[in-house]
Amino acid sequence: MTVTANPTPHQTRSPNGFSLNNSGQRVVVDPVTRIEGHMRCEVNLDENNVIRNAVSTGTMWRGLEVILHGRDPRDAWAFTERICGVCTGTHALTSVRAVEDALGIPIPENANSIRNIMQLTLQAQDHLVHFYHLHALDWVDVVAALKADPKATAALAQSISNWPMSSPGYFRDVQSRIKRFVESGQLGPFMNGYWGNPAYKLPPEADLMAVAHYLEALDFQKEIVKIHTIYGGKNPHPNWLVGGMPCAINVDDVGAVGAVNMERLNLVSSIIDRTIAFIDQVYIPDLLAIASFYKDWTYGGGLSGQAVLSYGDIPDHANDDSPENLLLPRGAIVNGDLSKIHEVDLRDPDQIQEFVDHSWFRYDDESKGLHPWDGVTVPHYALGPNAQGSATKIDAVDEGAKYSWIKAPRWRGHAMEVGPLARYVIGYAQGNPEFKEPVDKVLTDLGLPLNALFSTLGRTAARGLEASWAAHKMRYFQDKLMANIKAGDTATANTDDWEPRRWPKRAKGVGTTEAPRGALGHWVVIEKGKIANYQAVVPTTWNGSPRDPQGNIGAFEAALLNTPLAKPDEPLEILRTLHSFDPCLACATHVMAPDGEEMTRVKVR
Amino acid sequence: MPTTETFYEVMRRQGITRRSFIKFCSLTATALGLGPSFAGKIAHAMETKPRTPVLWLHGLECTCCSESFIRSAHPLVSDVVLSMISLDYDDLIMASAGHQAEAILEEITHKYKGNYILAVEGNPPLNQDGMSCIIGGRPFVEQLQEVAKDCKAIIAWGSCASWGCVQAARPNPTQATPVDQVIRDKPIIKVPGCPPIAEVMTGVLTYMLTFERVPKLDRQGRPVMFYGQRIHDKCYRRPHFDAGQFVEEWDDEAARKGYCLYKMGCKGPTTYNACSTVRWNDGVSFPIQSGHGCIGCSEDGFWDKGSFYQHVTDTHAFGVEANADKVGLGAVGVVGAAIGAHAAYSAIHRAKQQDNQPSDASPAGDDR
Repeated sequence: MTVTANPTPHQTRSPNGFSLNNSGQRVVVDPVTRIEGHMRCEVNLDENNVIRNAVSTGTMWRGLEVILHGRDPRDAWAFTERICGVCTGTHALTSVRAVEDALGIPIPENANSIRNIMQLTLQAQDHLVHFYHLHALDWVDVVAALKADPKATAALAQSISNWPMSSPGYFRDVQSRIKRFVESGQLGPFMNGYWGNPAYKLPPEADLMAVAHYLEALDFQKEIVKIHTIYGGKNPHPNWLVGGMPCAINVDDVGAVGAVNMERLNLVSSIIDRTIAFIDQVYIPDLLAIASFYKDWTYGGGLSGQAVLSYGDIPDHANDDSPENLLLPRGAIVNGDLSKIHEVDLRDPDQIQEFVDHSWFRYDDESKGLHPWDGVTVPHYALGPNAQGSATKIDAVDEGAKYSWIKAPRWRGHAMEVGPLARYVIGYAQGNPEFKEPVDKVLTDLGLPLNALFSTLGRTAARGLEASWAAHKMRYFQDKLMANIKAGDTATANTDDWEPRRWPKRAKGVGTTEAPRGALGHWVVIEKGKIANYQAVVPTTWNGSPRDPQGNIGAFEAALLNTPLAKPDEPLEILRTLHSFDPCLACATHVMAPDGEEMTRVKVR
Repeated sequence: MPTTETFYEVMRRQGITRRSFIKFCSLTATALGLGPSFAGKIAHAMETKPRTPVLWLHGLECTCCSESFIRSAHPLVSDVVLSMISLDYDDLIMASAGHQAEAILEEITHKYKGNYILAVEGNPPLNQDGMSCIIGGRPFVEQLQEVAKDCKAIIAWGSCASWGCVQAARPNPTQATPVDQVIRDKPIIKVPGCPPIAEVMTGVLTYMLTFERVPKLDRQGRPVMFYGQRIHDKCYRRPHFDAGQFVEEWDDEAARKGYCLYKMGCKGPTTYNACSTVRWNDGVSFPIQSGHGCIGCSEDGFWDKGSFYQHVTDTHAFGVEANADKVGLGAVGVVGAAIGAHAAYSAIHRAKQQDNQPSDASPAGDDR
């Protein structure tokens, strides 16, 4: 949808180096679909339909931090887990880590291994679902798959992978199922898609192969999460425990059938093997095949080549969060200088700060940012003077004023990109072979320079490589768990400080993970056994950040700039780049008001 | 109008024999707890009907319901989406975005007036003029009301749509409001849980498609076929409860032996759900089997009933149980019972309940 031109057009350059011009035609995408939660995007196009200004708006907020006030810190994992059901479990893990940090509770080695297996399970499953079900339709034309030759499709599939389901007959069956589906006239989720848009570049055979794997991946992803079900009882939203994990281990004695026993461990092991096979034989070959047809589409780099951040995760041994013990890297890169990796300290009040002068919140002094320990969240929904429409029917927001339910976090004043690409860039810059070698291999196979990594496609590729990395690390930690059990250690929980009477009167803690979408931190203050303050800064708050008082733009907005649209009325390229971040808006915008705010009510009839 | 494909045609086209198809229908009937005679009805329905449009709206939520739905093993969610329903709007997976997406709502609500199902995940917040959940520049509550106007029935997925769930926990800062308090003139089927079990979700949906009616609901609007009994009633650790064998501390000997988690705060005795029977993720496990107590996530207001680790006598949770019993039995409440007394009570109660039909068929029970 387009709206009339901005009444006060202007051209500017953001401090972080991006030229912005909002004088051209304004295109609005709301809702942005195939993401978690609700989001809006507005861009201005020049006369060649190239994006010259980008505005991303988080359009929901829920308020979990206020709800947590006064609760039992041992319950916080369950509340924060409900921040997001897509990256399910990662907030819970971050929360139990924050509480354990505050109360000084070490966890058993087995609990560390099981937590890592669960976190890696999420990485593998979530990345797979993102690639096929949230992102693939930006690259794959479902309707064009009907024109494919099943024999040629089989030849293509067999040339890139040993995956057994690749016969001409198989692809013919898939094709005829899709054909009948399309001919039924009921297109379901494929209705009103941008089929036939010139930005689609795949040959029909690659389209058909990808559609077949869309369906296979949909059936397979539910297998991966059974690991959460075994250790955590259910998925989505498995159970966790402050001090360890709730699943007791018993491999020898009476009652083993009521605990994690040999059969359960074998089931986990079998799922890990199948997960590795699916990712390495289906996901990765598809990713490379699709990328090979889009090598010329080099847009979407945004902040990825200049400012990236990772907290690190997957501690090899329990109770040690030093960077050397974390298998996913920790660090920050700024100003595009890959030769220098900065230390990141989440407790330092000068490093991570959140700003709200462009967000629908209010601070006493909005020129300054606040560290999460001192975080304040007072809502203030209002549109700027150049917005179009009304407060309850927005035609266009005014990015010169407040325009999003997302705060603007900054690391030492820098807008940062987080996520798989950030982790791989940092790992690469550190020279860590686990990250550098797969990246180099992909670039070599595709005949691309290192710079090609800093793009929409690079973001999508890093996610795929990370899914494979995660699947293989699941095997590592499952083997480690088995070895530890064999050595006689079956402990899964430390209950020494379970009872609140043993806690200090006041304690502060911070917990971190690398969620599938990027760096995630929870900050907790505990007083007299209850939560006194709780703040979370989540991946999509970083990536989907609005502008800050200095005018720095966030990662979504930066990545959209300078991208041409083939057809301005069909926002395919906008979706492609936004989806490459795997936005998660329920995460980003969960922050909420303390009491005392006068709020109006909608009349319900 | 283009030809529409029935479910049976889809299955036959995929090389499934008539014999296998009939077998599928029998299994479906069994899975739904229906007698074998229903297999024929299911078969007939699937042979003759085009796919019912489903418009799946998202309010304030965390998307765990959608994530659960795609975990369905029987039926597979790919079959549900391609062959059983026409999922014409679901902003999580739909190809289109922006105004092309919103145009679908316009088209389907007109073309299938009175004949589409509205599925709601999450709930509308009413504070801030409704603008803490914005779709297409407008409050979500407006979209919800517009799409509800001409629907056949509403499925309220999960505890958000059914009760309010986490964003409605005290102090409910956004005034997040369950669907039945915003839409009052339509049959609403509540499928609570955070999230609900995948096969319960697809079970409810296929029931409605197959029998063309709203399932039998209890007084709170939940399908009795899946929410008619407490987790405690069918828990495989129940014998340990009855024998007084309890886990006293995480990872103690009793935990390793799989004893009852009641003293660790398990809310199974007060929670109506199918976790201990259907179980999770194709029957692999459920929370209690994996060592953590039930947190009661399918119950109204479960976030505000004290810590998940306080066992239920320490709270007013027995009062909740009494209330839940009253719904089914009209029995007097049992308050402050000691564990042993509860066990004895439960045994009597269960005996009583054997021929108790969860009484409250929905006022909309025969709506179509």
